Amino acid sequence: MDRILFGDNQFFGINHMSEDKARQQMMQFAELPAILETLVAARDAGINAFMCTTHDRISEIADAVRAAPQEWPDFQFYPCMPYAHKYANAVTDLGYLGTVRKFLPSQGLFDSALRGGKALMTRDVEGIATLLIDAEMKPFHGLKTPIVFVQNVITDMLLGLGYADAFKIFADHIRTRYDAEPGFITMNLPMLLPMLASVGIHNPIVCANVNKSGFRMSGGIEAYREATERWPARVIAMSVLASGAIPAAEAIEWVVKEPYVRSILFGASSERNIRNTVGLIERFDAMDMMAA
Amino acid sequence: MENIRNIAVIGLGKMGISHLSIANATPGMKVVAICDSSAMIGGMIGKYVKVPFFADYADVLAVPGLDGVIIATPTRHHDTMIRRALASGVHVFCEKPLTLSARISAELAQIAFDQNLAAQVGYHNRFVGTFAEVKRLVDSGTIGKIRHVHADAYGPVVLKPAAKTWRSKSTEGGGCLYDYAAHPINLMNWYVGKPIFCSGAQLTKQWSEDVDDAIYANLMFAGGVSGQVSVNWADETIRKMTTSLTLWGDGGKICVDRQEIRVYIGDKGTVSAGYRPKWTVRNITDLTPHPAFYLRGEEYSAQLEGFVGAMNDPSSSYVNTFASGAETDHTLALIRDGADSLNQPIVPVAVAAAKRPKSTMFARAFGY
Repeated sequence: MDRILFGDNQFFGINHMSEDKARQQMMQFAELPAILETLVAARDAGINAFMCTTHDRISEIADAVRAAPQEWPDFQFYPCMPYAHKYANAVTDLGYLGTVRKFLPSQGLFDSALRGGKALMTRDVEGIATLLIDAEMKPFHGLKTPIVFVQNVITDMLLGLGYADAFKIFADHIRTRYDAEPGFITMNLPMLLPMLASVGIHNPIVCANVNKSGFRMSGGIEAYREATERWPARVIAMSVLASGAIPAAEAIEWVVKEPYVRSILFGASSERNIRNTVGLIERFDAMDMMAA
Repeated sequence: MENIRNIAVIGLGKMGISHLSIANATPGMKVVAICDSSAMIGGMIGKYVKVPFFADYADVLAVPGLDGVIIATPTRHHDTMIRRALASGVHVFCEKPLTLSARISAELAQIAFDQNLAAQVGYHNRFVGTFAEVKRLVDSGTIGKIRHVHADAYGPVVLKPAAKTWRSKSTEGGGCLYDYAAHPINLMNWYVGKPIFCSGAQLTKQWSEDVDDAIYANLMFAGGVSGQVSVNWADETIRKMTTSLTLWGDGGKICVDRQEIRVYIGDKGTVSAGYRPKWTVRNITDLTPHPAFYLRGEEYSAQLEGFVGAMNDPSSSYVNTFASGAETDHTLALIRDGADSLNQPIVPVAVAAAKRPKSTMFARAFGY
């Protein structure tokens, strides 16, 4: 897993701090070339891992990268699924069964008809879930996807429900079908780690908010330290700047010292900000190594 | 030993599942039953979540040791379900809007009060750090006497002719007014109270057949506070629902949305800790208390933690009492009725057929 990962919130108008900023970014990235230009800037700054939601627009990006393999030789996608909005809206309109039908692959594949039909009859969640995973993975066909994540809204919903087997279904399917590692995004890391361990998922890849102000770190910073001490995990820190609430240098100096943080995920909409952030991570990493 | 409250979740739609997950992880409560009209959905969830499923609400209320219900069913069922729960001595948390009648909502609030039972309605915005901070600022007089409050909400809910569900039927509490505008209006009620009258209400349709897709209305509150509401759920320019309010006072102005508050404190305002004269901007990141569990937003956990507190002491002053929900139902009805009176079919005036009144002495004297 790379040390620095690039995120996609800025491309889709997601900003936890300001709706104005979110709107500006949505306008900036209305067209695909603007997104690609930013990805090129990230790649040129040495970032080769793009952690992205399975948003409707992600297939445009995947197509562009697939079309020019010589330009993106080491580029990897870390898909995060599902893009929950489309399912949530569909559930409101169509109900649960209607939603499952809408998103199941419709090409009449024998496999999906069998798995899907049988699943609906027997209330077999595993059958339906693996089909939906395959549908979400379709845009990435032929691209490198070494880690595949479950979005936090699903991870945390399953966590709250106490449905631990679902994590195992996901992990097994990602390993066997995609030869990739499963990853879990969560806002509740201290609660998630023991549940993953309970279904045999050890030293998991977990992406969670890790920031100096403890923003959206359920249980608090200390609970994150204790949990990772007890249940080791490869943690990807996100929201390191708490959406800009913490000055960048201060935020990164703090996060590189958190012993459980393996990688840092950040998003930025300008080449300057990308270079600044990468520079800060490299500088504080070097200082941290010297101190050690 | 901590007093753990036994809870049942009624209705397993999108909100119901979300409540079930959060309730399961909220300290002080334990989910002991789930209920839904679909045995298939209920059976499936019950199987994986390992909580007993009941198809019949009466059986849920008969579960020994049940303390409270979380009701997340279509609005038209709220009234009877709440009554039956309260009659069984069970605390109630109910999704918004409370009922389709302000009178019934007020009556339910009274029953809960008389029985000393917690009765909370799910207007989760009151648990969002920014909106709650504005309540504190308004009550402490930071911007002096409030003169006007403007409330907006926009989002991409209905962008094409929609499938028929209970949300597309006005008689069941569907429509932009009851489903969407209820949120900003509820915040208005929190800040400046219950309106006295409504004028210029427009409920317009864009894609929906039976319900409104946008509402615009002017409200007048006690004490001369004026208000305006502008809500549209057919706005595709927004990624997801955005709710924002602006309050003008003698001593300044407050603009607030889910992410940030911008406060202007003028000469006649009162500067308190964390603020300075003129503009101060504060963000959700430093106004968010950390719940024990996070799903979709701190506010959803915070409101259930609030429900635990309300159950433990129903006579305490907790946020989102049924009485406050009734204020919002009253406001929604004012707007709905105001728009109805404007939307009466226009009867063309039959000019040709009209007879000239006979000219009387009186008429001649007064010129007609």
